[in-house]
Amino acid sequence: MTQDLFVSTRKGLFRFQRIGGKWQQTYVAFLGQPVTAFLADPRSGNWYAALNLGHFGAKLHRSTNQGATWDELAMPTLPKSDDKDAPSLNQIWALEAGGADQPGLVWAGSLPAALFRNDRNGDGAWQLVEGLWNLPDRAKWFGGGTDDTALHTICVDPRKSSRIVIAISCGGVWRSEDAGATWACRSRGLFAEYMPPDRREDPAIQDPHRIVQCRNKPDHFWCQHHNGIFYSTNDLETWQFAGPRFGFGVAVHPSDPARAWFVPAIKDELRVPQDGKFVAARTRDGGKTFESLSNGLPTGFGYDLILRHALDIAETGDTLAFGSTTGNLYVTEDQGDHWHAVTHHLPPVHAVRFAVNG
Amino acid sequence: MPTIHVTSHLRHVAPAGPMPVDAATLGGALDAYFATAPRVRSYILDDQGRLRRHVAVFIDGELLLDKKDLGRRVAPNSEIYVMQALSGG
Repeated sequence: MTQDLFVSTRKGLFRFQRIGGKWQQTYVAFLGQPVTAFLADPRSGNWYAALNLGHFGAKLHRSTNQGATWDELAMPTLPKSDDKDAPSLNQIWALEAGGADQPGLVWAGSLPAALFRNDRNGDGAWQLVEGLWNLPDRAKWFGGGTDDTALHTICVDPRKSSRIVIAISCGGVWRSEDAGATWACRSRGLFAEYMPPDRREDPAIQDPHRIVQCRNKPDHFWCQHHNGIFYSTNDLETWQFAGPRFGFGVAVHPSDPARAWFVPAIKDELRVPQDGKFVAARTRDGGKTFESLSNGLPTGFGYDLILRHALDIAETGDTLAFGSTTGNLYVTEDQGDHWHAVTHHLPPVHAVRFAVNG
Repeated sequence: MPTIHVTSHLRHVAPAGPMPVDAATLGGALDAYFATAPRVRSYILDDQGRLRRHVAVFIDGELLLDKKDLGRRVAPNSEIYVMQALSGG
């Protein structure tokens, strides 16, 4: 089993493979086109790529032959309305496979924030998850970093595929126990210093930039929030604050939930690394302490920003990668003790994702 | 019949060359075009059926300023150009 690394960028989809001890680029598709999400479905072997063509809208493509050819699929659509200001779907920002017991099921999250499902490997029409779209609390959500609200994270519970957790900027963390029919807010403990005092802890307006669920200990979740880092050890009953570090991405070790990685930045006005020093951060004790990881990262000034989907960990738990808006791609194969640059010359990186090959 | 010309940026989904369409309005002309070339629809219209914000339509050399005006009349000899706004980077 090997892990391939897929990198979605502003100008195409790239694949890197470890060949002869080095990570090498072995594939490119959609050159020149912004790729906003990628999924290699481990059940079917299908690849899915979401594009945002700007002028011509969001698009979705699938390859059933490991990228040799791609077919354009029907896009999810929002409910038709006569309201002249009715929302239209602007981007797909999350693609996830359903569980092993749900062959064919693919989930998609969008801007504006909505969840869609397709039970036929992307063929035919997508169904809007109406239980989420019709939540009264949706009226309280607002955009954060984008004009639209954004559903950027979908976690399918490895113990029970009908349990789904999603995260929305800015609309909090939500869980469905019944494959999307009903939803409960799971933001308790998250707080937003930047909001008016009486809204600071409003669960439905939190801005989780990204959440991840530990594969082997799925009661454990990490959240890189706009306001800092939060950790839940009790299946989202509550979140505990683990420090005010700003950033976007987060990765958790697949079997040790106390280990998580981040790439910190200065918040809001700047969105660049602290003091111009580009480092990653790691905790190995559930957020009690954090180490700064810089071995192999630039020693001089660096202004790389890592977007929320641009940090990932491979299933083995030792290899991580992140890609930056300045086109740098870094990999570690020892959990962050040493990093090395794979390339400095990519287009701005939107997302990195490991996928099992073979 | 009016004729629709679609930007070469959409050549991977659009038929080659201009297409005459039997219609009296811009919306009717686009519908007739999409009937022949269904894949182009989602590139020109959003999922509410509105012209995409950064798609520019010229009718007989005149830019359509009101993007919601799909009822705009077109003449039997009208030339309709569907372009994209320019972008950098």
